[in-house]
Amino acid sequence: MMFRRRPNEPQRRSGAERDFKLQIANLQFAICNSCLSCVVLCLALFSPTATAADVEESVLKSEADRIAAVAKAAPSVLAIFAQGGQGGGSGVVITPDGYALSNFHVTKPCGNYMQCGMADGKLYDAVIVGVDPVGDVALIKLFGRDDFPTAELGNSDLVQAGDWCFSMGNPFLLATDFTPSVSYGMVSGVHRYQYPAGTLLEYADCIQTDAAINPGNSGGPLFDAEGRLIGINGRGSFEKRGRVNVGVGYAISINQIKNFLGGLRSGRIVDHATLGAQVVTGETGDVVVTNILEECDAYRRGLRVDDEIVRFAGRPIRSANALKNMLGTLPRDWRVPLAYRRDGQIHEIYVRLMGVHRKDELIAKTDGGGVPEPPQPKPKPGEPMPEGRRPDGQPNGKEPGDQGDGESEKSKDGNGRRRPPFRMPQALPKAEKMPEIVKQHFEKGDPGFVNYFFNQQNQDRLWRGVTAQGDFSQFEGAWTLSGMAMGNVGEFKIELTNIGAGIELPTGDTDMNVAEGLAARLNPPESGGLLSTLWLWRKYLVEGPKKFGKLEYRGTAPLPMREGLYDVLVGTTEGVDCLFFFEPAGGMLVALEMFPEGTDADPCEVYFLEYQEHEGRHFPRRLEVRYGDRVFGVYEVAKVELNKSGDQAP
Amino acid sequence: MNRGRVWLAVMALWAFWGLVSAGALADDRSLPAVIRDVQSKIVKIYGAGGFRALEPYQSGVLISADGYVLTAHSYVLDADYITCTLDDGRKFEAKLLGADPRLEVAVLKIEATDLPYFDLAKAVVAAEGTRTLAFSNLFGIAFGEEPASVQRGVVAAVTALEARRGVFESLYTGRVYVVDAMTNNPGAAGGALTNIQGELLGMLGKELRNARNNTWLNYAIPISQLTSSVELIRAGKVPPAPEDGPDKKLPNPMTLEALGIVMMPNILPRTPPFVEKVRPNSPAAKAGVMPDDIILFIDDALVQSVDSLGAALARIAIDERIRLTVERDRALVEVTLEVPLEEQTPKRKTPEGQGTQTNADGNR
Repeated sequence: MMFRRRPNEPQRRSGAERDFKLQIANLQFAICNSCLSCVVLCLALFSPTATAADVEESVLKSEADRIAAVAKAAPSVLAIFAQGGQGGGSGVVITPDGYALSNFHVTKPCGNYMQCGMADGKLYDAVIVGVDPVGDVALIKLFGRDDFPTAELGNSDLVQAGDWCFSMGNPFLLATDFTPSVSYGMVSGVHRYQYPAGTLLEYADCIQTDAAINPGNSGGPLFDAEGRLIGINGRGSFEKRGRVNVGVGYAISINQIKNFLGGLRSGRIVDHATLGAQVVTGETGDVVVTNILEECDAYRRGLRVDDEIVRFAGRPIRSANALKNMLGTLPRDWRVPLAYRRDGQIHEIYVRLMGVHRKDELIAKTDGGGVPEPPQPKPKPGEPMPEGRRPDGQPNGKEPGDQGDGESEKSKDGNGRRRPPFRMPQALPKAEKMPEIVKQHFEKGDPGFVNYFFNQQNQDRLWRGVTAQGDFSQFEGAWTLSGMAMGNVGEFKIELTNIGAGIELPTGDTDMNVAEGLAARLNPPESGGLLSTLWLWRKYLVEGPKKFGKLEYRGTAPLPMREGLYDVLVGTTEGVDCLFFFEPAGGMLVALEMFPEGTDADPCEVYFLEYQEHEGRHFPRRLEVRYGDRVFGVYEVAKVELNKSGDQAP
Repeated sequence: MNRGRVWLAVMALWAFWGLVSAGALADDRSLPAVIRDVQSKIVKIYGAGGFRALEPYQSGVLISADGYVLTAHSYVLDADYITCTLDDGRKFEAKLLGADPRLEVAVLKIEATDLPYFDLAKAVVAAEGTRTLAFSNLFGIAFGEEPASVQRGVVAAVTALEARRGVFESLYTGRVYVVDAMTNNPGAAGGALTNIQGELLGMLGKELRNARNNTWLNYAIPISQLTSSVELIRAGKVPPAPEDGPDKKLPNPMTLEALGIVMMPNILPRTPPFVEKVRPNSPAAKAGVMPDDIILFIDDALVQSVDSLGAALARIAIDERIRLTVERDRALVEVTLEVPLEEQTPKRKTPEGQGTQTNADGNR
């Protein structure tokens, strides 16, 4: 029987290697007599220099590659501790200025700030930035460096069962010097779905691995064989064997986190998406709508009961689970493509997704005291790792048996002896007060925020981008845009002032008066409120974020038929919500959407398709206006007139 | 049909690939490709359970193109309705063809054709140090067309389970592959252990806990241990005892009463055949049948319920000698019973319908 070591051999030295040598010895000396074999075997076993020479080149190379991948990844890994050392978990740094990912269930018990140990042996202060309680993700920011070592983000959609991977972190809080532990393993499955606890901590489209994921690993990174970040570990299947790895761990896919990263940077509590429709998997793998809410966007776009969903958000859908998986990776309010089949014909639509929660509901669940409850063991086993707990399920800092929780059986080892209590590393300073650097980067803000400071930072960043395109603050007078309306073939003229707006079109002239409210007259008819939308655009450019009214940075979202994600700013004023979409690089405003507040109506959508130079400022040259399912008009701006003062009614 | 055409195309591709690579295929495939191939032969099995720590699911391996499934013999199969979900998401009702509790193995049959499968005759053996892959639907993670989970490990030992009697409570006492991966979790039983080339080595066994130190064994039963038993079951030579009585009644059939055995009250659709009482000085008492024994076999027929026990007895004449295989304290015990001549005749005059026996005799 020939024994072969293959590339990517996991590190199992003693036994396997001895066998290996034995086999090599047998192979090489199969023709020799047994005596000679024995001598050679003994030499092979006891000669320290024999090792390298006997091992295949490819094995040595894969070992070297593995070591290199771990060495590349390790500096970015965090051991996260709550202030005073009560609990913690793991994390990973993703930007040189210190943004880092972890689990919501790790940061939640820490409160607003925490301390992070890195492989360099140093502790860094960190503050909470944003949380995703449904996806069990938190974004924090470390202080003290602008050159933090970072993890390279991978593409988790390319991960497949059988890929090698490794988890890093601080299981059982073993590393007193913060050097992360590494455990190597295999991807056991992808696109896995693990049920939430109620509505929180849902692991959709997650990665299943047999790399050991233990208590304390939560929030830590799962890397691919090249050391690229493919997921955040946070959950394992446990049942009767105690709270230790049983060969089944789950990582939130990094591609899901990429979808939420903008939202997390906004300092908010972000919510996940739901379609507003129920589906079932039919006998032949068709996914059929069985129920749909009339107030959801999918219904307004035409989706009906008995329609068959074939693609969603770029992925083919062949089971209800696949749709649930995909939905679970998307933030609320995102607009994603959906293709459905009716009477043999495929229809493609863009659907605006609803939230899983009402806003107040999610805030109540998130701000509520205590660690989120673990998910129900049924219908599928799988619970978040208890952070700051020892493998026997006892909280840190307490002796076993301190609390009569009926777990005494588990805390005993096989001989009925008590396990030695696990203790937190003593090196941690017990800082009870918020450090100065954290204070400077923390502002609780209104309900719905975990740290408004970062929302303000992003609002400021966007405004800097806008003013770099052109400063319009002095043009407080009337704005006149005129040119050709391409859709209805004819000239158009739009006038915007401080108190209202008017438009002249070949189909007729209409206007809008702010005093009546922006939602009162959604003119021109069938546009959804083009005049109100442009009026808000002018207001933002002229008055700036300080005077605009209530503004909030919402994160990033896609736009139909465009690549990439756009920064989204939401303004609430005069009875409407207005979304501003900015190009992430350069800060160019590319689209506006205006929703009459408190209704399920479609918004007016304005796309600035091209910009032109106007007196040293960038100004839109071509506007596309959409409402509902159709294009209302496309306007080629030939002439722009911006006045500096004076209120002229339209 | 479309599926047929796809299958032809796949076969053609294989043939072509075989020509090109001249048999080196197994070694040339990437690990994910090997894994994908094995996953296509793993089935998700659903049956009885669903309360307390008894998961109503386990795993199985396709062992023929026409739908024979190798799996572990367990409570999951004690159901009137067993289903198998294939890797492609298709769901079939499965029939239990038979089982060998001594090996904790069972064979199911689904009505399907052209399935990917493992040929048990081509199963390989492995020595310690062999790198392995374990495939199963542990924890029931995968649904429908979602592929089974895969875990990697090494054969840590090839050893007899017998030496661990009293520690690991298993009916199976033959050789096992002990692996260093956490393979034997809830729902994993019946899954496949392969080498890294995707060749079948063994069938993942049921969960085994070491009663002394609360550790769990991760192991697979080598296919070579199972082959002959599986072939017998496939050939219909060890069918389970029928659930219904014979069409034509014997003039003088064997009864539980004559044997002196009182079974657990038959209150469930498939009441497990537990012995409740043994009458003193009865043939059963003399043979050493004990209360709490669970009757697994009458002669070579697998007994799955009190009903099937009664039905099996009804096919045996009272003057025949019968062999019972019972499970007692997680071990198999074989006993031979014989009804003495003097009790055979008076038996007919004994009024019928006493207590629990009428429920158990299968001729209600």
